[in-house]
Amino acid sequence: MKSAVITFPGSNREGDVIRALRQSTGHEPSSIWHQDTELPKGTDLVVLPGGFSYGDYLRCGAIASRAPVMDAVRAHAAKGGLVLGICNGFQILVESGLLPGVLMRNAGLKFICKMQHLKVGRADTAFTSAYNEGQIIKVAIAHGEGNYVADADTIARLEGENRVAFRYCTAEGDTKAGNPNGSLNDIAGIYSEHLNVLGMMPHPENLIETLVGGTDGRGLFESLSTLRGAA
Amino acid sequence: MKNTIAMTPELVAQHGLKPDEYQRILKLIGREPTLTELGIFSAMWNEHCSYKSSRLHLRGLPTKAPWVIQGPGENAGVIDIGDGLACVFKMESHNHPSYIEPYQGATTGVGGILRDVFTMGARPIATLNALRFGSPDHPKTRHLVSGVVAGIGGYGNSFGVPTVGGQMGFHTRYDGNILVNAMAVGIAKSDEIFYAKATGVGNPIVYLGSKTGRDGIHGATMASAAFDDAADEKRPTVQVGDPFAEKLLLEACLELMQTGSVIAIQDMGAAGLTSSAVEMGAKGDLGIELDLDKIPCREEGMTAYEMMLSESQERMLMVLDPAKEKQAEAIFVKWGLDFAIVGKTTDTLRFVVKHKGEVVADLPIKELGDEAPLYDRPYVETPKRPVLDAKKIPSPVSNREALLKLIGSPDLASKRWVWEQYDHLILGNTVQQPGGDSAVVRVGEGPRGLALTSDVTPRYCEADPFEGGKQAVAEAYRNIIAVGGTPKAITDNLNFGNPERPEYMGQLVYCIRGLGEACEELDFPVVSGNVSLYNETNGRGILPTPTIGGVGVIDDVTKSMTLAFKAEDEIIVLLGETTGWLGSSSWLAEIAGREDGAPPPVDLLMEKLIGELVLGLIKDGLVTAVHDLSDGGLAVGVAEMAMSGGIGATIAALPFGLPSHAELFGEDQARYVVTVKDKAALDELSRRVGAIVATGEALVLMTVIGKTGGDALTLPGEMPISLSELHNAHENWLPSYMAGEL
Repeated sequence: MKSAVITFPGSNREGDVIRALRQSTGHEPSSIWHQDTELPKGTDLVVLPGGFSYGDYLRCGAIASRAPVMDAVRAHAAKGGLVLGICNGFQILVESGLLPGVLMRNAGLKFICKMQHLKVGRADTAFTSAYNEGQIIKVAIAHGEGNYVADADTIARLEGENRVAFRYCTAEGDTKAGNPNGSLNDIAGIYSEHLNVLGMMPHPENLIETLVGGTDGRGLFESLSTLRGAA
Repeated sequence: MKNTIAMTPELVAQHGLKPDEYQRILKLIGREPTLTELGIFSAMWNEHCSYKSSRLHLRGLPTKAPWVIQGPGENAGVIDIGDGLACVFKMESHNHPSYIEPYQGATTGVGGILRDVFTMGARPIATLNALRFGSPDHPKTRHLVSGVVAGIGGYGNSFGVPTVGGQMGFHTRYDGNILVNAMAVGIAKSDEIFYAKATGVGNPIVYLGSKTGRDGIHGATMASAAFDDAADEKRPTVQVGDPFAEKLLLEACLELMQTGSVIAIQDMGAAGLTSSAVEMGAKGDLGIELDLDKIPCREEGMTAYEMMLSESQERMLMVLDPAKEKQAEAIFVKWGLDFAIVGKTTDTLRFVVKHKGEVVADLPIKELGDEAPLYDRPYVETPKRPVLDAKKIPSPVSNREALLKLIGSPDLASKRWVWEQYDHLILGNTVQQPGGDSAVVRVGEGPRGLALTSDVTPRYCEADPFEGGKQAVAEAYRNIIAVGGTPKAITDNLNFGNPERPEYMGQLVYCIRGLGEACEELDFPVVSGNVSLYNETNGRGILPTPTIGGVGVIDDVTKSMTLAFKAEDEIIVLLGETTGWLGSSSWLAEIAGREDGAPPPVDLLMEKLIGELVLGLIKDGLVTAVHDLSDGGLAVGVAEMAMSGGIGATIAALPFGLPSHAELFGEDQARYVVTVKDKAALDELSRRVGAIVATGEALVLMTVIGKTGGDALTLPGEMPISLSELHNAHENWLPSYMAGEL
């Protein structure tokens, strides 16, 4: 599996996701600069990492969504290529039009960093095949603007098409009580129509080792590593 | 040079210079200074930059050890941590700006200390902070807590460094003068450290980073003055932080350093361009010539005076190898940063500043620093307080009630509300997050790691500055040991009142002596630091607060120790002597409503012996949990272990022959609580304690005090306290307070 991680000025979790990909897939992802205009040939997966691209002084992700490299990312997604946006990467994906909805400020108006339980949606996608449907996993969240909002039709469509990838929940699986930021339907991550683009606020890349919080994030990277082209 | 403005005594005073200091300037340069020069002197000779009141006393601090690569005097201290790696760290205050404008004051405090670390070629891997606020009842406290915490998070989260630890306390003496101390820790290759010392004549001086604006002019002078009720009028002197610019500056600087083109580098912190340029020249025995027409400015029409004193953030000054200028420029263009050649090094030993074709300053560069005033200010020793007899201080409440009140008191309550606003997980190396004795951060892919802590007990320092200074260092030492780290070095951030008052000067002098003695005895040298004086409002000083930032090395982070109880039926052992010391304790303040009495004395030999014992127990896997005892004593310590592990405990009647509240809440130093699995481990522990005693060095005491198990903590002779009741008392205070419910 060949992956590429894009760095925008202000990205800051690119190293974390590169480490997670390296450990899970055994391959070193290529690092792509925001001003590049194409992806390396044969790229299976593009990752937009967490951070504060361009300082997020405008709407989060708004400037990054217009970076030169994003045309190549859109083309990659249009061909059915895999795209994963984590945290700021999710914000960039919605600003790019690759995913619907917006991410507003957390309901509590504060940045939140903590361990957070998620309920896995479907387990038949490229990103979640190593999990079970409905499995509860513990990963990290670290964001100030992760409150997912979309109009009623969009939410209905996401739900109807089974495109909610992860929902926030408590350790016992209670989604309402476990929602940390006010997201509609407790949404923590969503897929695109063809399930090849995933945007999520939580950070599975920070939960890949027992020593540092746990390994519940590994499943996502292991799912990806079993894909075509995997060595 | 012609002067456009008359040098009146008022003008001199506005620059924070005393009449005799102005006379010193006249004597030094043999003429009246220009306005720009007066500004330069005021920037270089204020307390913040010149350490004129503290320098004399700081000289006594131990700063050397075989592992110290760089002690005080550079942007940050550097120690060797093995495997060819160095740890670069420093703590610095941003107290005055944070009171005036808490969010920006705190952000720029974090930004400044991060720059100090990456200026030396290190990539920051963690930050910590120490915050002191006024009484929770004070009308501004909530606003200040909210702004400072958001500011620290806002900067660190965006910059991309985990905030892994800190402390936060409240006391009415900080009502008008809060403390915001930020510490940054970075890692570099030990043979690739960058310094401020310029070399070579005619080399280009390069400005990089953000543009220069009018913000922060006279920030360092403000930081050297006491506040009055008109403090809010100083708001325009507070700078504005831009973590995005700093992140770019970090990446650009580290990339540039790899090319070998950087001869010297200095960040523009307090006193901006003035201080950075003078420091680079003076350290390298070179002159510096600056052409202000080349400075990238944010605003039009800035005067030489404004440019020299601006404290705009996220700026650096470098001396570059002229052969690699183009290569360097390409890196800055890539990161979208301003890059300008603004001057050159000379062999004149003069600091020459030109603007619009005119020389606006021409000063002897070495004397600007070396000839700064040095004061041996008069001081008096704080009168010794009587040692309180625990038997004469009855407890007004049950021990059960006292414990619940203490763990929910402002100083001891959980600070989760704070650290959940800090990204403490980024970089994926946070092995122990906030809430333990020390934070533990893995270095790279491991197995090596760092134990990081910040400590001080201002109550003790107020009661007895010497013992309080010792205690701050000893507690940092213990906190590092408790996670399995070997204590290596400290950074000290000395926050005190007005040094022109002998009683406050005395606090400074004796705290420095105390911490110096502890550093010496514990082999725990000071490698960097910062002094913040004039922390007072309307004539009343803060509690003396010498914050200690401690760094320890853990050879294998997979073996780091935590304070959480690990299993049921383990034996709980108290190491160290218990005399029931209630003087200046948390119990006395919170339960008895008094803050009197001598603080607990610190026996440094005992600290070392017990510390080394505990470290050995951890390394050999003989203990399952370790916690140092400090505020709130034994009962609070055990409660924290129970809450953290989700396992209760039963404490047996204690054998010390003291009133039970003194046994449970006394704050005797050099104590740890540990748990052991079984009788065999306990026997080995006894054997090791016996071996120390047999040397005749000291009488180390160990006492089995109880067992882990169940879902409640039971103190001797009291009804059990369920873990959920403990949790609620501990976790609820801060969120409720901040929500305005208290």
